[in-house]
Amino acid sequence: MPSTYTPIATTTLGSAGTVTFSSIPATYTDLIVIVNGKATGNGQLSMRINGGTSLYSTTSLTANGSSAGSTRETAATYLQFGYYGYFDASNQAMAIAHIMNYANTTTFKTILATERNSATGVDASVGLWRSTSAINSVEVYASGANLAAGTVVSLYGVKSA
Amino acid sequence: MPDTFIKIASVTVGSGGASSIDFTSIPSTYTDLVVKYSIRTTSANQIDYLKCEFNGSTTSYTERVLYGYGTTVGSASNSGSYDNIINGGANTASTFSNGEIYVPNYAGSNYKSFSSDSVAESNTTSNNMLMLAAELWSNTSAITSIKLSDLSSGTIAQYSTATLYGIKNS
Repeated sequence: MPSTYTPIATTTLGSAGTVTFSSIPATYTDLIVIVNGKATGNGQLSMRINGGTSLYSTTSLTANGSSAGSTRETAATYLQFGYYGYFDASNQAMAIAHIMNYANTTTFKTILATERNSATGVDASVGLWRSTSAINSVEVYASGANLAAGTVVSLYGVKSA
Repeated sequence: MPDTFIKIASVTVGSGGASSIDFTSIPSTYTDLVVKYSIRTTSANQIDYLKCEFNGSTTSYTERVLYGYGTTVGSASNSGSYDNIINGGANTASTFSNGEIYVPNYAGSNYKSFSSDSVAESNTTSNNMLMLAAELWSNTSAITSIKLSDLSSGTIAQYSTATLYGIKNS
């Protein structure tokens, strides 16, 4: 049985900042990003692909512990995965993003993600990057803040065969 | 590069059911833990709640959830360990609830944030539910055991299964 869930890279932030995984090999089928930690302020888990600053949109189911709803971002300059379940300076949060069929050069790229903070909320999002380019780099950050020191960001590759 | 989604242990509940499913002596050699389960209870309820307890602790859990219940969407917050929904014994026969619990950095010294996604589906017009939860166990201890049980102290039905996986990020 071939390996089907493989660590590509992991960064544990030594100081506040962002994480960029570059030179991602095209040898997998899907990518999974796991983020666990805090931010320097309130910041949604966000992502830019191949350094691009356009062609993004997201739809999110959102919940804050008392109400639920849906949000929509279009013509965005980055993928924002969340609303209530943001990373902050006080609470351990986590997020998981699945990037499907990332290396193909035919279709736009769809990403499913969840962002969770037990003190603020939980969100489930679908994101779209309207590009047929293969994904070879992913920048992970907290919009409006920085990911805090000690935050762990891991990238895995999944093979379908 | 080695495969790092490794089965640590798996439990299938036998005849007569079980009061809990327990994973003990979890090694600290992985980065993250994943529990995938298929469970129902034998209770008289349509929907039950599955408790998830780390290291035998019954305190310091908080959660916020997003749920769909029939045609209703909503959110709730709780303090406790009842973070999963499962089919009760009164729900459609042979229908088991699926769920996944993901615990990153389980052996670290931070508080443990984790996710819990669960469903209770049946062949009825009501008593169908899905739930996504943001969970926190406010404890700095490494997780060495996980206990799954019915919040109402009911019996987990025969043929229920749960599997614990370990993931390494390097």
